[in-house]
Formats: sequence, C-alpha cells, structure tokens
Amino acid sequence: MISLTEFLVLAALLFGLGTAGIILNRKNLITLLMSVELILLAVNTNFIAFSHFLMNDTGQIFVFFVLTVAAAEAAIGLAILVVLYRRRGTIAVQNIDALKG
Amino acid sequence: MLESITPLHIIFYIFAAIAFCSAVSVITVRNPVRSTLSLVVTFFAMSGIWMILNAEFLSLILLLVYVGAVMTLFLFVVMMLNIDKADEKKHNFVRYLPFGIIVILLLTGITVVTVGPKYFGLAEVPEPLPISADHSNIQQLGAVLYTQYVYPFEIAGVLLLAAIIAAITLAYRGPMHRKVQNPSCQINVRPEDRLRLIKMPSEPKQGTSP
Repeated sequence: MISLTEFLVLAALLFGLGTAGIILNRKNLITLLMSVELILLAVNTNFIAFSHFLMNDTGQIFVFFVLTVAAAEAAIGLAILVVLYRRRGTIAVQNIDALKG
Repeated sequence: MLESITPLHIIFYIFAAIAFCSAVSVITVRNPVRSTLSLVVTFFAMSGIWMILNAEFLSLILLLVYVGAVMTLFLFVVMMLNIDKADEKKHNFVRYLPFGIIVILLLTGITVVTVGPKYFGLAEVPEPLPISADHSNIQQLGAVLYTQYVYPFEIAGVLLLAAIIAAITLAYRGPMHRKVQNPSCQINVRPEDRLRLIKMPSEPKQGTSP
C-alpha cells in the first residue's frame, strides 16, 4: 500500500517548485499567478492525503473551500493583470515599481 | 519496501512523475502559453493522485473547475495580452537560479525529512479501512457540507459573487453610466432657480357647510 509519506513528499516537491517559480520568475506576472496555483495544489494534496489516512471528512471540506477562494483569487488577479497591461503596456515584474518598493 | 510494490504504486509513481516534470516545466518554460498548458497537465496528474486517495468528487472538481474554467481563463488572458518573449527572462533566470535552487533544496529537504517514513510511514499511519463498493464520496461530503458547514458554504457563495462583481468592474471598458452628484452645481444653485414666488389674491373658502 502507498504510505502517507509518499503523498506528503510529492506535495512538498510541488510546493518547493511553486516557491522556486515565484523567486526565479521576474519577467511575467502570469507565471507568478501560476506558481501560486501550484502551491495551492500542493497544500490541497496534503489536506486530502491526511483526510484519507485519518478517515476524517473535514480535510476534503477544507479543500472545497480552498478551491473556491483560489478560483476567486485567480479571477480577480487576472482582471487586475488586464487593467495593468492596459495602463502600462507591460506585465513584467521588474517594471511594476510605482510604490518604489 | 520493494517487495510491497503493487499496481497502485506504479500508477501513483507514473502520475507523480508526470506532475513533477510538468511542474518543473511550468516555472522554466519561456513561452507563457506552454507554461499554462504544463500547468494543465500538472492538474490532470494531481487529479489522478486525488482519485487514488478516494477523493473522487474533489478530483473531478479539479478537472472541471480548474482545468475547465480557471486554466481556460489563464489561457485567454495569456493569449490576449501581447507578451514579448524577450531575452530578458533568461538573464534574470540565470541570475536568480542559485538563489532559487537553495530555497527549493532547503524547503523541500526539510519537509521531506520531516514527513519521512519514520513519522508518517505505514507503521505510524496505517492504511485506512477499505470502503465498501457502494460508498459514495459525494453523499458523504454533502452530508457534512450542508449540515455542519452550511454557514461557510453560504459565505463562499457571497465571496464568489463579490469576485464576479470585482472582476467585471475591473476589466470593464465601456462607458460607465453612473448617477453621481455634481457638488459644484449643487453649491452654485440660486434660490431663483428652484423657487418661484407668485402673488395672487386670496380666494374665499369653498365647500364649507353653511
């Protein structure tokens, strides 16, 4: 049987890849949003794995709500992206410096 | 460990390998469209993994809602925006690569050590009891979702409505027909514009009973 460890390691790998994507990518805001999606996917996998092995439904319910919030976040993020592109003509991360951060 | 390899193991590792490779290509491929398509492949593979974990409903939701709606939205936006595939990314990519590798090694290494077989192996967390063939995951989730979690469920509905309104308002480009007040007009108004005084003779009372 597949042990819980294997699922958790897979989720950890995906999470690490998502974080690395946020750090590595300085060109494109869309890839940044996709890295966030990867991280959320890893977290959801953790929730479902624990829900399965501990025989508790709450993990799956929580994933349901995380998916809802993630869909809303993606929609608003992309809308902001479109507005930003109209205003500035670019979505490169290094060009977004209006706040001098 | 090797003697306990089952067909389920092989399926799991195939899906895991697909998910890992496509996730790597999400963050390394230069073309955003290919990056998005790689993310779709990752979602497909992870949906298979969720199916192995007996989460049929969420697995199908991931396919239908995520691949079907959210990733399509991503693809639309990527294709609508004219993103130049400039050479700048490669330069920055190489520049930040050591940093990224250190972070991923540290983060993943620590996590893998933490979730190792010593703590979460089959001896520590045993395989759950097998479920019956007529067991319905959707029924099981619905029984909890509409009773115990009905309030968060409705809040999620309101949240989605707010997201719809926010996204449409942000991206809408047509003329805005808003009914707003004009304060300078309101201040500059004179009494003559609003009020007309007339003089007329008083009239006798009518309809009074004698």
